[in-house]
Amino acid sequence: MSRVIEARGLLRRYPAAGSPIRAVDGVDLVVEAGETVSVMGPSGCGKSTLLHLLGGLERPDGGELYLDGRRVDRLSESQWAILRRRAIGFVFQAFHLVDELTSVENVELPALLLGVARPRARRRAMELLERLGVAERAGHLPDRLSGGERQRVAVARALVNQPLVVLADEPTGNLDSRATGDILRLFGELREARQTLLVVTHDARVASIADRLLTMRDGAIVAQTRLGAGTSAAGILAVLADLGEG
Amino acid sequence: MRDVILSLLAKEPAHGYELRQRLAKALGPAGGALNPGQVYVTLSRLERAGLVQATEVPQPSHPDKKVYELTASGRERVEAWLSDVSWSKVAPLEFHLKLVVAATTRLADPVALVDAQRLELLRELRELQELALREPPDSDGALLLEGASLRLQADIRWLEVCERRLLDKESR
Repeated sequence: MSRVIEARGLLRRYPAAGSPIRAVDGVDLVVEAGETVSVMGPSGCGKSTLLHLLGGLERPDGGELYLDGRRVDRLSESQWAILRRRAIGFVFQAFHLVDELTSVENVELPALLLGVARPRARRRAMELLERLGVAERAGHLPDRLSGGERQRVAVARALVNQPLVVLADEPTGNLDSRATGDILRLFGELREARQTLLVVTHDARVASIADRLLTMRDGAIVAQTRLGAGTSAAGILAVLADLGEG
Repeated sequence: MRDVILSLLAKEPAHGYELRQRLAKALGPAGGALNPGQVYVTLSRLERAGLVQATEVPQPSHPDKKVYELTASGRERVEAWLSDVSWSKVAPLEFHLKLVVAATTRLADPVALVDAQRLELLRELRELQELALREPPDSDGALLLEGASLRLQADIRWLEVCERRLLDKESR
């Protein structure tokens, strides 16, 4: 299997009164192609900073980072801008859609920026909106959409350039329970389609969808576990526990 | 289990197989996971307790089938059960005790206990979600799974509170 992401000793410090805070403190991490990984941990454990480092939104103060086998921690901002567009799909808590553009225009934008011809970009964007169940919202501006619809449009945008990896930062943080359910279903489909995905989350439901769960504390990964598809029927037993004996 | 069987007979009498179908519909995959034998054992206990009465119905070319219906006291019990507000498993008492014992005896690392427990609950949650995705969203089964999932999420959140408390103590 190929390594989509490989980090070695990744380090990120923030200045603070006294000594600097080590937001990410020597993280080693490999994400294989087709893998779904979730990162959990208490607020301030460094999980969002880690995601920013992996996606080139922040630069590390130390360590090495490889994307698809290529060393990227020393790239310039303009090189990163191209790499991000081509290889990484971002999904954020606050959606970050362009307010002045319709749904379909938001989705096709990264493709156009990459030089894809307009009709092809439009076709791809419409296909994705269709797949994510928001095709009938294609012509609407973001402020006409519900939170769940906005996030689905944002996921479509993240997928439009067929990225090597999708990085999602608290994707359900602003959503109600029903919309969270939609996003869970969607991430489940991405997992089945073997889309490489790394998601940082507080939400246990989102975290539990991954193949592998990382737990962070004080800037370090303190536990890694494979969740895998369970066959123990523990979930069902948990439901039935209340029924008791005859 | 007794109350479950009784309550499913409240609508109208049923033979054993019909009852199992009602159970599967009401509980979704959780009902399907029940052992059929358990249903019949429970029915005969209810019969002995006078809450249910069984009538043999002859069938052409098949053995007689037993149709079960509530007796008057069975119906009373269902009504009492419906208005009873007791609620099961309120506090995760046992795990709490484990934490207290681990912290006072040092036989185990409390933070490691929390981590291991959380992983176990996340696995259960994942299974519940997989099941829920396969259920029709508006079915009774899906509603039950949602309830189970919300409880698990609450337990996982409580484990996070435990973790924070333990880590705060460590850093003091």
